[in-house]
Order: sequence, then C-alpha cells, then structure tokens
Amino acid sequence: MARITQGCFSLLPDLTDAQIKKQVEYSIKSGYAVSVEYTDDPHPRNCYWDMWGLPLFDVPDSAAIMFEIAECRKAHPGVYIKVNGFNNARGVESTAISFIIQRPAFEPGFYLVRQEIHGRNIHYTLQSYAVQSAGEGSRY
Amino acid sequence: MSEASERTRIKSERYESGVIPYKKMGYWDADYTVKESDVLCLFRITPQPGVDPVEAAAAVAGESSTATWTVVWTDLLTACDVYRAKAYFVEEVPNTANEFFAFIAYECDLFEEASIANLTASIIGNVFGFKAVKCLRLEDMRLPYAYLKTFLGPASGVIVERERLDVFGRPLLGATVKPKLGLSGKNYGRVVYEGLRGGLDFLKDDENINSQPFMRWRERFLYVMEGVNKAAAKTGSVKGSYLNVTAATMEDMYERAEFAREVGSVIVMIDLVIGYTAIQSMAYWSRKNDMILHLHRAGHSTYTRQKNHGINFRVICKWMRMSGVDHIHAGTVVGKLEGDPNAVKGFYDTLLLTELKENRTLGLFFDMDWASLRKCLPVASGGIHCGQMHQLTHLLGEDVVLQFGGGTIGHPDGIQSGATANRVALEAMVLAKNEGRDYLSEGPDILKAAAKDCRPLQVALDLWKAITFDYASTDTLDFESTPTSSAS
Repeated sequence: MARITQGCFSLLPDLTDAQIKKQVEYSIKSGYAVSVEYTDDPHPRNCYWDMWGLPLFDVPDSAAIMFEIAECRKAHPGVYIKVNGFNNARGVESTAISFIIQRPAFEPGFYLVRQEIHGRNIHYTLQSYAVQSAGEGSRY
Repeated sequence: MSEASERTRIKSERYESGVIPYKKMGYWDADYTVKESDVLCLFRITPQPGVDPVEAAAAVAGESSTATWTVVWTDLLTACDVYRAKAYFVEEVPNTANEFFAFIAYECDLFEEASIANLTASIIGNVFGFKAVKCLRLEDMRLPYAYLKTFLGPASGVIVERERLDVFGRPLLGATVKPKLGLSGKNYGRVVYEGLRGGLDFLKDDENINSQPFMRWRERFLYVMEGVNKAAAKTGSVKGSYLNVTAATMEDMYERAEFAREVGSVIVMIDLVIGYTAIQSMAYWSRKNDMILHLHRAGHSTYTRQKNHGINFRVICKWMRMSGVDHIHAGTVVGKLEGDPNAVKGFYDTLLLTELKENRTLGLFFDMDWASLRKCLPVASGGIHCGQMHQLTHLLGEDVVLQFGGGTIGHPDGIQSGATANRVALEAMVLAKNEGRDYLSEGPDILKAAAKDCRPLQVALDLWKAITFDYASTDTLDFESTPTSSAS
C-alpha cells in the first residue's frame, strides 16, 4: 500500500477528531479561513480538489467547522478529505495550513511511466492506479 | 607662445587645485535631510589612529561616490552636489574603542537600475582598501522603494514555491547528499531516492558538486531525476533535488540549466561564487522557466564573520533577494556553522518580511519597504539533527528549509529511516506548537512520544541526543537600549 504523504501531518498516525479540532482552533486564532475539500484523484499535481462548501471566512467557532467536517465524511466516505486554512493577509494570500483527515482504506498508489526518449533520457509521468481503474465514485 | 601654466587658474576655496579634507569637500553634512529616494548605507568604521571619525566617514562617503584624493576641476562640469554621497550621522559603536557607525546617503541616480553588479561596484568597489580606514564593515543598507521596483525579486518566492510543492503549514525538509565528493552518478541517485522516499521534500547537491572526473553533470542529472520521480510515485507527493548548475562560464551554466529543465526538475541551485552578474542572469532564466532557484552562500564567511571588517550577511540577504533567488542559506543557530541567534533572526526577517522596521536588537538599522518583491526562503543547513527540532522550530519558524545531511544519511538504519525520523519529528513538533503547548520546554517529551510510533525516530534520538555545537559567536550584535552619544 502506498500511503500518500501530502499534507503537513501525513507521516503521523491519523489524527483524531480532538486533534483536528485543535488544529482548526489554531487556524481560527491565526486568522485563517478554514475550508474542507475532498477528492478521489490524489495525483500530486491535482491542486483543485472538490470544495465542500465555501471557505469559512469569519467563522469564529470551531464547532461549526467540525460539523461540516463530519457532514463531508458522511457524504463522501472512503475518499481523501483535507482541511485547509487560508490566510488572506497581504504578502501571503494563499493556503497557510493543509492536512489530510480521511483516506481510502486501501491506497493503491501510482504507476511510474518511463518513456525512454533520446540518449539516456527518460520522460516520466505518474498514473494513479485508482483513477485508471474506474470512473468517479467507484475507485476505492 | 604662452604656456598652459601661465593661464588664469581656478581660485575658489573649494575648487582650486590641492588637497582638502573630505569633510570640507561636501562629503559630510550634519544637516542633510534624507530623501525617500536615497540609497542609505551604514558602515562600521575603525579609523587609523589619529584620524577623526567624521573625516573618516566623509572619506568613506567620498571614496564610494565621486571623490578622488585631490580636488579636480571636472567636478564643476557636473551637478556635483547631487552626486556626492553625504555622511550625515556618526555615532560610537557601544562597548568598543575607536569604532563608529557612519550613516551615508547616496543619490539614487548614482546607480544603474536593476543591477546588483553596479550597486556593489559602487558601494564596495573602492573604499575598503582606503588607508586612512583601518577596518571597514558594511553593516546594513536601505534601498529606496523606487529603486527596488526596478529589480526582479525572487523568481518564484515562498508563496508560489509552496503552491507548486503543495506543502502548507510546516517547514520544508531537505538534505545534502553526503559524502561531499566522490560518489558516482548512479550511487548519488540512490541517496536522492532514499531520502525523498523516507519523507524529505528535497535533496541537494553540495556547493562543490559541479562536474568532476568522479561524476559528470549529465550523469548526475539523469540519475537524480530517476530518484526524484520514483520517490514521487511511491509517496504521491511533489519531490525535487537541487541540481547544481554552477559552471566555469555563463554559457555552460545555461546549458546545464536547460538540461535540468528538460529532465523535469522543479529546482536548480547556484553558488554565490558565480558572482552577482551570473546570479541575476540565473534568476531571470529561472523565472522564465518556472524553476525554483536555490542559492548556496559559498564563500560568504570569508568576509561576513568578523565584526570589524567585511560585509554583514544581512546586506548579502538584501542583495540576493533583490537579485531574484528563491532560497538562500541563512543560518541554523544551533548547528555546526557560525550564527548568533538575534543576528540570524535579523537575516530571516530581512528575507521574509514585506516591510522591515529598525530594530537594533536584531541588527536591523533601517526601516525599509520591500516594494512587493517576493519573499526569499531561508535555508538552515549544517550540523542539525532531529533531537533539536523544538529549538529549530522556536528559533527559525515555519518558513524555512531545514536540511539534515549527516542527520539523514548518518542514521544507523539507513537513509529512509533518517528521513522519516526528521519528518516525523518535524510534524509532531508543528502539531504540538499549533495546539498551544509550550513546545520549547516540552520538546524532548514531544519527540519521545512521537518516537513511540516511529522506531527510526527513537534510534536517531538515542544516537544524537547530546550533540550540540557550543562556541562563542564571532559576530554578536552591538546595540544599547538607549542611543549612544553621537560623535558628530
């Protein structure tokens, strides 16, 4: 199994809800807008996961965010879900924290395609086994 | 026929031929009002015995702008009052004998737009050998907003780099391939693969890995990219390894950089020793080719370490951010190389903030707006290990690349284990910090707890637990909380 290492806590054991809540509270305190996103295509260059609602700007209450996380889990079991904090301050205006909170039970990983071209050069590309295997909704 | 020597001579106090003190030539002006558009320099001057500090400051101003040792009539063909640099304030350096801080203002038009080569040729090109000055150090510079706007700034910058790597909320992790010299291309690629597979974001070439008989550059680039792509496939993450394109000529550098792009690298590196012109060229190239540009500060400590002479590294940080590099080695504090904690914080702020405020406790002498030049990512490299993760987090913050060369490759269970140990230690520390724990004092406990689920981390902690590098810094900051007396 190839557990993808995207997100800032992915080499730690899966976070509990209590740990997730603390990270959400940290994000709110830091002035970030928390958002929830999900996907079944974990290719490292897939930077637009599906949005679970809008980023929660000006939501001062972690309970609301934990609720949305739970709703997203219910609606999309068995796929990847991540939580982000967005910092719109001048000089950043980008994501400030991002970590995975749900994964498929089995992650089949990526096929490294090696296309031999001129000389000793190889043209590389990654293909997700899961994405190649089936259409959306039945990949895991 | 009458001789030239019989013609009427210029007879004015200022412009008749002869030698007059620099402070009487216009290079000292205690009443000067600094303009927003002026370039400002702060020099630490140690005058020769018997030389008055104001005259020394005026001489430095003169010899870094329009002066020569004797009066020249050709000055009068110019708007010479404008082009003369003005030393406008001199103060004693606290806790020293015969050292003075001298503030000097330069008209912006003295400098070619967007040229570090010209800026440096002007400011440091002449004056440092001046006999009347025993020692001279360029401590800080204020670049005006209008002048900064002519520069590229970091080709990618911290924000775009994070977006390309898809890493948010933690420092980046790297390692230099070790041993420093001697590995063949294929063996080198193995080290890259193992480190990235274990959890690092980057590996890197060392500064003197260019193209030697034991490994030529093309072999290295090809094998490194096999390692990078294989690790990317195994981890599902964007990975990179800084391919060093430093070479003997600019043409060779472009050839290597083009090949790095062809083989799909996200990042290349250069060494400071290639020179200011080459660095700027590579920054422009990098932006055009969507390449992150890492700068190794090779050779800087020949002139940045001694308090009384040279160039303070914070000035190098400013020049390099202007030039357009995306990464620069800026110190670890707790590792094997020189770095006073407050001075290093000053370097990191210089690279990362959008606006600087004068703060002498950090060695920042000027307010300076960075004019929206992107942020340059500091790199901490040299003798650090995962057992110091709480100190590194506290001292260096989140926007940094932490590089553990020996600390990855020296792990008894292999390079992957070393990489995993570092990554787990880092993630655990960031998690704890965000939770609001006092991670600096609880650091060892946090690491021990994380090590319970990560055998590689436990082994690393056991091996390196007591290693620190405690030597007195050669370059501590000089400041007092109340201003010292003006010597002017």
